[in-house]
Amino acid sequence: MRRRIGSLIVINAIAFTGLTTTGSAGEQETITLVTHDSFNVSKGVLRAFTRSSGVKVRILRAGDAGQALNQTILTKDHPIGDVLYGVDNTFLSRALDNGIFDAYESAALEQVPSEYVLDARHRVTPIDRADVCVNDDKRWFREHDIPRPTRLEDLADPEYRGLLVVESPATSSTGLSFLLATIAHFGEDGWRDFWADLRANDVVVVDGWEQAWYEQFTAGSESGEHPLVASYASSPVATVNKKGTSARAGTLLASCFQQIEFAGILRGTEHTRAARRLIDFMLSRRFQADLPDQMYVFPVRDGVALPAAFEEFADVAPSPLELPPSAIQENRERWIREWTETVLR
Amino acid sequence: MRPAVRRVTVWALPVAFVGFFFVYPLVTILGRGLWPDGGLDLSPLGDVLAADDVRGVLWFTIWQAALSTVLTLIAALPAAYVVTRYRFRGRMVVRALMTVPFVLPTVVVASAFRALGFEHSIGAILIAHVFFNYAVVVRTVGGLWAHLDTRQVDAARMLGASRLRAFTAVTLWALRPAILAAASIVFLFSFTSFGVILILGGPRRATLETEIFLRYNQLDLRTAAALAVLQLLAVIVLLVVSGRLQGRRATALGLTPASESARPIRSRSDRTVVAGVLASAAALLGTPLAVLVSRSFDTATGFGFGSYDALTELRRGSVLFVPPIDAIANSLLYALVATVIALVVGGAAAFAVARSRRGGLLDTVLALPLGVSAVTLGLGFVIAFDPPIDLRTSWVLTPIAHSLVAIPFVVFIAAPVIRSIDPRLREAATMLGASPRVVWREVDLPVAARGLMVGAGFAFAISLGEFGATAFIARPDRPTLPVVVFRLLGQPGVENFGAAMAASTILMVLTLGAVLAIERLRAGELGTF
Repeated sequence: MRRRIGSLIVINAIAFTGLTTTGSAGEQETITLVTHDSFNVSKGVLRAFTRSSGVKVRILRAGDAGQALNQTILTKDHPIGDVLYGVDNTFLSRALDNGIFDAYESAALEQVPSEYVLDARHRVTPIDRADVCVNDDKRWFREHDIPRPTRLEDLADPEYRGLLVVESPATSSTGLSFLLATIAHFGEDGWRDFWADLRANDVVVVDGWEQAWYEQFTAGSESGEHPLVASYASSPVATVNKKGTSARAGTLLASCFQQIEFAGILRGTEHTRAARRLIDFMLSRRFQADLPDQMYVFPVRDGVALPAAFEEFADVAPSPLELPPSAIQENRERWIREWTETVLR
Repeated sequence: MRPAVRRVTVWALPVAFVGFFFVYPLVTILGRGLWPDGGLDLSPLGDVLAADDVRGVLWFTIWQAALSTVLTLIAALPAAYVVTRYRFRGRMVVRALMTVPFVLPTVVVASAFRALGFEHSIGAILIAHVFFNYAVVVRTVGGLWAHLDTRQVDAARMLGASRLRAFTAVTLWALRPAILAAASIVFLFSFTSFGVILILGGPRRATLETEIFLRYNQLDLRTAAALAVLQLLAVIVLLVVSGRLQGRRATALGLTPASESARPIRSRSDRTVVAGVLASAAALLGTPLAVLVSRSFDTATGFGFGSYDALTELRRGSVLFVPPIDAIANSLLYALVATVIALVVGGAAAFAVARSRRGGLLDTVLALPLGVSAVTLGLGFVIAFDPPIDLRTSWVLTPIAHSLVAIPFVVFIAAPVIRSIDPRLREAATMLGASPRVVWREVDLPVAARGLMVGAGFAFAISLGEFGATAFIARPDRPTLPVVVFRLLGQPGVENFGAAMAASTILMVLTLGAVLAIERLRAGELGTF
């Protein structure tokens, strides 16, 4: 018995040493990037930043986008990191109202269309856009000889009864953005009627994007039975066939809600210079070009070439639906509550 | 250690650990909601209790948890009997297999249930709870059952008791503490169940846990804290009642090594019982597991290892990519650390609980982490452990959080075993000249070790399955297998899905191996007794 415990301790000690040695690497300045679980970047791109700036980046993942923001707000007196990446326009006002960011206007913003700059004081910097749209299974509609829907109104049409699956806006950011799309389109007076119609038309509500795509959507899973799903403009890229000649899923462009993701420097950081360099780098051509393949999102910077599959199969809505962040902040909880009453109760 | 020192240590260690890593963060986060400006403001609690929908949520939370508990006991007690009282080939593997569901990520299991045709429903919630908690009953109750002296039943039979009467009057009575402990744990897990409710229950079902989660997501700290307090009170009531029922001053039982109490399958009725129980377990636990495994081999080009290759290839050049071997190593490392913590702290607590009249209090406090919402505790970590302590983003927080859930298992399982040590054994040893230290080492420890090793198996499994609060805190990149699964499912694509299934299958195999290894350790233990 005693010997066994001894060997356990030895294994443990080895493991601990392994951890500490990988943790510290030289005298480089290290900054911490707080972000959400779906953050991703090519290793080479990140290394290039470290090489050119001398700054190492430690990545801290803190749940989904909402949770990462909430943690940053709750810890604002002693920030857990130096830069937060992943606040989107649906939560932007919550971030700004809580005063967690220091302003910084990156020179690289010259290359970014001004429509993406939602804070005139530059407390946040736009990095990418990922519009939430309804995707359809083109093959399913062809096989069933039903025209693909083109307008949001179509979704409530009896012809499309029981075909749509959406995420609950209470638990899913995708679901929230789709709800906002309907509010932007139908207005404060009309959106509840539309959702009542959707409910009458047997809309299926699930908890999160994973369940919608992998369990319900016909083009996302074998067991799926719904050919319409609230997802992203970039999602069709994931359904491209082996030859790369066609994508099974398409996008209902009239349903797209603009989602922009921002990064900001956390107030209280001791690494302001390094944090600024990181923001600059996130707007650089190299980082921006890396975004589509890594995170299924689009660059905000002008003139960045998209990967071939994105060029061909990801649809970008020419004029996506929008709502001002302050209106979202003011009404978000009420809208979700009213949506719950309309659709679920 | 001198006895007095030991007595203090067995109390001080668990109290300090749970006080610092559980009570302190919990009070801190609840405080943000209930005394935001220094003064205690209990009005949110009143608002919450006055709300009709909250009462509905509370009622649903309680009854689904109670029903889940009863169903789990009905399904799993026969299995506990069969795997502990019969000796048959592959018994250890069967018992280890039964632990596998316990560690699987909810999303993955939910997708298997969906593939089997389960729609959003209360039925799906209940079956999933039975699926996840089966092992709790088998292992907790089995841990004691294996050591019950069969001669007591024989004696009852000889004295004219019917088979049924002997079973209820002797066996069930003796097992009562373990059954109640298992039932409490299953109830608490179902009471605070999160993913199962959201995914399999559908968005229309809400429990206290899902409501707390939503409130924290809205940064409504007041309401979230009030709901969390409500949840905590319900959990305390349950634990106190269960503690009373368990009858802590139980008399010593005649315990025997498991090898003596298990018997081979002899008669036809034996065979029917064993085959029937194993078949039902295979249907209930095996079917969803089989769906997962088969999906991991089901690729676009037919049956094959494509998804396993994808696991090592997909996004290789990105920071999200984790070589599977690293994820396995991370999972094992966390599990090992969590297990060691749970054994040391839980072991000390088990002695304190078993030996003291006030042990019940400690027992209850240690069990609280099982019944407290993970998101509450997670946020508690984040705001309580700020500088100068600054553990918020340290990797050790993960195994510590896991051990908080694992400690009550160790205590629940080991304390009854320790309590059952016949005092005459210790007296005899003392009489023969053994010092208290020697008595402890030669009598108490070997017996306790049996319970402790069962608890260790659980601690390891809990950690492998990434239970608890760490899902909600910022963590440096040292992803475990469940994290890899979540990441893969976060992006669209057949390859991602297949690779997630492959990672889940690896997790299953890893669990199987780990539990078998611990069982083996345990078997060796008993031989020496």
